[in-house]
Amino acid sequence: MHASAEPNATLVTIVTEAVLESRLTRDLTACGARGWTITDARGHGPRNRRASELEGGNIRLETLVTDAVATSIMDVLSREYFPSYAVAAWTSAVTVTRVERYS
Amino acid sequence: MDLTSTLGLALENLTSPPVLAFAIGIIAVLLKADLRLPDAAYQAISMYLLLAIGLKGGVALRESSPADIVAPALIAVLLGVLIPIAAFGLLRLLTRLSAVDRGALAAHYGSTSLVTFTAALVFLEAAGIAFEGYVATLLTLLEIPGIIVGLLLARRGQQVRARSSQSPASQRRIDWESLREVLTAKSVLLLVGGLLIGVITGPAGYARTEPFFGALFTGVLTLFLLEMGALAGRRLPDVRTAGPGLLAFAVVFPVIAGCAGVLGGALGGMSPGGAAVLGVLCASASYIAAPAAVRLALPDANPGYYLTASLGITFPFNLIIGIPLYVAIAQAIA
Repeated sequence: MHASAEPNATLVTIVTEAVLESRLTRDLTACGARGWTITDARGHGPRNRRASELEGGNIRLETLVTDAVATSIMDVLSREYFPSYAVAAWTSAVTVTRVERYS
Repeated sequence: MDLTSTLGLALENLTSPPVLAFAIGIIAVLLKADLRLPDAAYQAISMYLLLAIGLKGGVALRESSPADIVAPALIAVLLGVLIPIAAFGLLRLLTRLSAVDRGALAAHYGSTSLVTFTAALVFLEAAGIAFEGYVATLLTLLEIPGIIVGLLLARRGQQVRARSSQSPASQRRIDWESLREVLTAKSVLLLVGGLLIGVITGPAGYARTEPFFGALFTGVLTLFLLEMGALAGRRLPDVRTAGPGLLAFAVVFPVIAGCAGVLGGALGGMSPGGAAVLGVLCASASYIAAPAAVRLALPDANPGYYLTASLGITFPFNLIIGIPLYVAIAQAIA
């Protein structure tokens, strides 16, 4: 792997309410994502409306996918999540080894 | 039950270590001190409380016959359905909240608070008042139906509104699959699991775990209430924005539901202690299972209302005034 290699995958990062974890991962599978990493997150956002401080606050979910899958994830987020929940989501072009694992 | 002994009960409650720890938790927030337990410790303590209550209840359950439980169980389920409907109706009278917000609140008040329940058991034990071993089963019966009835009321209100205004936000259906995880709650599993262990192993088995699950219980609850005080205290600044109607609801409704519970318990043939516990269960509002379920099913409901009412007002009210009040009422009518 060379540092200057061309981007060959898309990293989708989603920071949202922990209570949504299982619903979100089901939607990601439906979009074609094959795996993800979830970490607990803390922070402050413009919405600042939380269901429960007792239920673990926020999560940060990262998934490596193809461009097409990233687009469909963003579509689902815009339709089902952005209007009602605290969500931050962004994509970045990244270079990964073994790119076939993610497509 | 005369006035002096009622006041004595109230004073005894106010000066008990768990309630004082709760007060310290609130004061800590006002002083801006960070008293939070780590999340993992919080989860572990909830598990401990649930399992301990289950175990103890299970041992006591061996002594009661199934026939004793039928009437209180049926009454508990009936109350679990009626309480959220009553809450929904009363909120309509007292506030100008939307059907979604009223449904969200109804789900919270229809469900139960484990910590309030636990504090009531500790209070009764300290006061030497007996109660039935199966009260933990009533908690599991009351926890879930109220949430579902509340959600359904909110959805009905939303659909009525949607038909008149074609609001697109109301087209979404309840996502039962996500809700199932929240509703087949850990708490029910741990309580029922504890009950089973208690029933199977009996007093001999309980004796072996007693130093941990019995002797330490009030101490652990005290630590937990310190955390709960901090959580409730963080909600206090929102109380001012809740409005007088919601404020009144959060104090008046627990008393109504609590009386209904005490009455139901007495009708079901329970002892004054047991009827008081059923009263506490009916009066308490959930802030663990219900907020998660409501957030998933009713994203348009404002957590500022339901968390403030259940955690910021009703929970401290029940802990300080409600519990001795329901016990006094139960002793008066029994």
